[in-house]
Amino acid sequence: MNRTERRKLVSNVMLSLTGMCAFLTVSTLFLILGYLLWNGGRSVDWAFFTQLPKPPGETGGGMANAIVGSGLIVGMAALIGVPIGFLGGIYLSEFGGKTLSFFVRYTADLLNGVPSIVIGIFAWTVVVVPTRTFSAFAAALSLAVMLIPIGLRSTEQFLRSVPTALREGSLALGASKWRTIASVVVPAATKGILTGMILGVARIAGETAPLLFTAMNNQFWSSGFNEPVATLPVMIYTHAISPYEDWHRQAWAAGLVLLGMVLIANILARFILSRGAASQRA
Amino acid sequence: MATTSAAPAPSHGRAHSFLGRLRNGDEAAHLITLMFACSVLAIALLLIYELWIHSSLSRRQFGFHFFFTQVWDPIAGQFGALPFIYGTLVTSILALVIAVPLGLGAAIYLAELAPARLSNVLTFLVELLAAVPSVIYGLLAFFSLVPILRNYVEPFLKSTLGFLPIFQGPIYGVGFLAAGLILAIMTFPFIISICREALLEVPREQREAALALGATKWESTWQVVVPYAKLGIMGSVFLGLARALGETMAVTMVIGNDPRIKASLFAPGYTIAAVIANEFTEATGDLYLNSLIELGLVLFLITMIINAGARLLIIATTKKGSARD
Amino acid sequence: MTNKHLHLLGFAAAGMLMIGTGAYAAVKLQGAGATFPGAIYSKWFDEFQKPKDAPQINYNPIGSGGGIRQLTAGTVDFGASDMPMSDEAIKAVKKYHVLHFPTVLGGVVPTYNVEGVTGDLNFTGPLLADIFSGKVAKWNDPAIAKVNAGVKLPSKDITLVHRSDGSGTTFVFTDYLSSVSPEWKSKIGAGATVNWPGGLGAKGSEGVAGQVQGTPNSISYVELFYAIQNKMPYGAVQNKSGKFLKASLETVTAAAAGAAQAMPEDFRVSIVNAPGANAYPISTFTWLLIPDKFEDAQKKKAVVDFLRWMLVKGQTYASALSYAPLPKEVVAKEEKQIAKIQ
Repeated sequence: MNRTERRKLVSNVMLSLTGMCAFLTVSTLFLILGYLLWNGGRSVDWAFFTQLPKPPGETGGGMANAIVGSGLIVGMAALIGVPIGFLGGIYLSEFGGKTLSFFVRYTADLLNGVPSIVIGIFAWTVVVVPTRTFSAFAAALSLAVMLIPIGLRSTEQFLRSVPTALREGSLALGASKWRTIASVVVPAATKGILTGMILGVARIAGETAPLLFTAMNNQFWSSGFNEPVATLPVMIYTHAISPYEDWHRQAWAAGLVLLGMVLIANILARFILSRGAASQRA
Repeated sequence: MATTSAAPAPSHGRAHSFLGRLRNGDEAAHLITLMFACSVLAIALLLIYELWIHSSLSRRQFGFHFFFTQVWDPIAGQFGALPFIYGTLVTSILALVIAVPLGLGAAIYLAELAPARLSNVLTFLVELLAAVPSVIYGLLAFFSLVPILRNYVEPFLKSTLGFLPIFQGPIYGVGFLAAGLILAIMTFPFIISICREALLEVPREQREAALALGATKWESTWQVVVPYAKLGIMGSVFLGLARALGETMAVTMVIGNDPRIKASLFAPGYTIAAVIANEFTEATGDLYLNSLIELGLVLFLITMIINAGARLLIIATTKKGSARD
Repeated sequence: MTNKHLHLLGFAAAGMLMIGTGAYAAVKLQGAGATFPGAIYSKWFDEFQKPKDAPQINYNPIGSGGGIRQLTAGTVDFGASDMPMSDEAIKAVKKYHVLHFPTVLGGVVPTYNVEGVTGDLNFTGPLLADIFSGKVAKWNDPAIAKVNAGVKLPSKDITLVHRSDGSGTTFVFTDYLSSVSPEWKSKIGAGATVNWPGGLGAKGSEGVAGQVQGTPNSISYVELFYAIQNKMPYGAVQNKSGKFLKASLETVTAAAAGAAQAMPEDFRVSIVNAPGANAYPISTFTWLLIPDKFEDAQKKKAVVDFLRWMLVKGQTYASALSYAPLPKEVVAKEEKQIAKIQ
């Protein structure tokens, strides 16, 4: 074959290879989901959601305390992290001067890149050591520290995308700056900010490493913020590495529940965003 | 920040006095949001401070030897970071070696070849992969990947490529190869989505010029578009690396937890994140705990440098893109 | 913010405050430590908190090393360990003196997963030391074949699995190996974490059992309960009198028989390689580490109540889970020690 035909052949081969790469990577997702659905689906039952874990060797029981515990910690983390990220993002977008904003953005990206286990160490030194107890609060703090940079950057990003014309119009009508922000700019960017926060919360909900030495674990219901709490990710970990068949079953079920919640949050967030973008265009 | 206890100021001087502006609300808003933005700085500084302080014992005891000592012996009080640095680097580099070609290939397909709707759907699915929690990857790797490696893949590699030192030695299933593979799967989404965006940034004229000159579609992609997007692609590699370095749960479950430096990929190893996760709550003795925290500090510094590099590359890409237009 | 938002916030805050201050009547205790007795402690704490308003005891099995660490740091109310605390370790706990309360007896067994082997393998002490130090590297090594006549051993490499966390089980096992092999004692020694010459690390007794279960031709050391739960074969070990014995209620109890008479006041004793024809050589007590002073009177009452319950009712649950109950003399002595808690 002549040179042109060979080049065309090479082109076709390489391009189909890239197609295979794409489908290979995407099929990984389906494999993960499928495997989890298969193993987890068989194990999820009503008891899983309502009962406490049983001692090793006994079958049955569930992870009700872990589900509530995860919800509690993530909720607390959101309560701390969302306002800080949101208001900080407003600063960067609306008020920020050059140098301070640069440092804040750089630091936020830095924090974003810190491995979650290091953040766990941080929460341990700052909360667990002084209070002399493992606690849900320490765990929530570590997750909040991870949520803040995400919330900050996405808030800033979406606020910036609001057209200047809107701001100018509001100011021209005599509104003060903060009024403009509160009544015009933020509402215009609500969908984007909400999306960013939902994605951030979904991300921290799945984190395990920082929980290992802040919340530890608990076989029972915990009644306060100042004691160890059972959480889904930690339960998955301890149950997966155990030798008990029943615990493995529960680990799959927990994995399915956790992944389900995270994926639903992600899909929901993107749905909100695409609807928001569409309505802005219209 | 008190905004309520001001005495009423004369009405025409309102906008100029500090308290007047405070009551106006703008200054208050400015200060409040400034405070929250600065809290980010405060948190980061506190983080570095705590890591530094709580590793002081081991830093004083071992100094720079810490980075070159292979021994991790809690009984003798001898702690060295080398096996963990080795394990962290080996698994991360292995992950990149697998993820970058596959990821770039997939990104090329999504950016250049796939029809727009298919590309968007597939990209969406890939980005969902990025949201899967680490412990779920660990769960899957532990129960399905490890047995496959142990029973099929590793014996196959050993019998065909066993002359290479990286494919020698006893087969456990868990080890560097398992950890590298699961890290590669976890890194795909980042590489794909960033490379795809970098490729999409390349102006149409570049492609069309190449094709007009008679290049095949592949040649146009590989010799023109990809080099143009080089910086963004490198940025994605750095970002993927930074992510892989810090991964804890998935790695802990499949690496074998042995603080030793071995040439073979079949051997069990240990990473910085994994040893902290395993031994932190049990570190008896302050020196032990300090050594673990010092490892955490090392990890923090490494990821910080790499993340900074990634950011610079991505900034350079966008600058370049706007300059060229 | 509108009024509605403020109201919602108020409710949320009030709700959290209520949960935060603990609107429950039950006393809560936090404990952490050994995974060795994990199964029986789990059962005990589950049973103990069943009556209304009974104290709730949350136990985190993070390894004996972890238990001692957390107790010293003051983050838990009590600890648990299979190795007695050394004098220095006890001194390091400044706020109070640590009392050791033996709870049950258990045996550490060599559990393995060898292709083609379904029955029991025999091991001598020195042989175990050689296997775990890497000197004996293959299953069909003559040293193993010598004590296992008639068993078909594969010519595969031995995969060692050990504890990756600070473990009392490791301490007991390495204590035993040190007592039967001078080479082990000088090169590696005994401790909760040792410098293993290779092999895989797994977290907790469960992790080790799980790893052996999943790794062909592997061997590890684990408490009897986990080997049974795992349905894994576990070997017989040669005791001081030369008999090859598997760990069981009888053999572990026999090991404690001699110690019961000579029990020291603080209950810190090692019964590894105990004399006695029917004594299992790798047996051990496991202890609860209890402070001798409690600031909170309710917590003190909860601890004292639990200890009394444990010494009587608790002991009845032991044998079902393959742990040996305490000898009567030890129980009597412990009841006297409870009085020391203020």
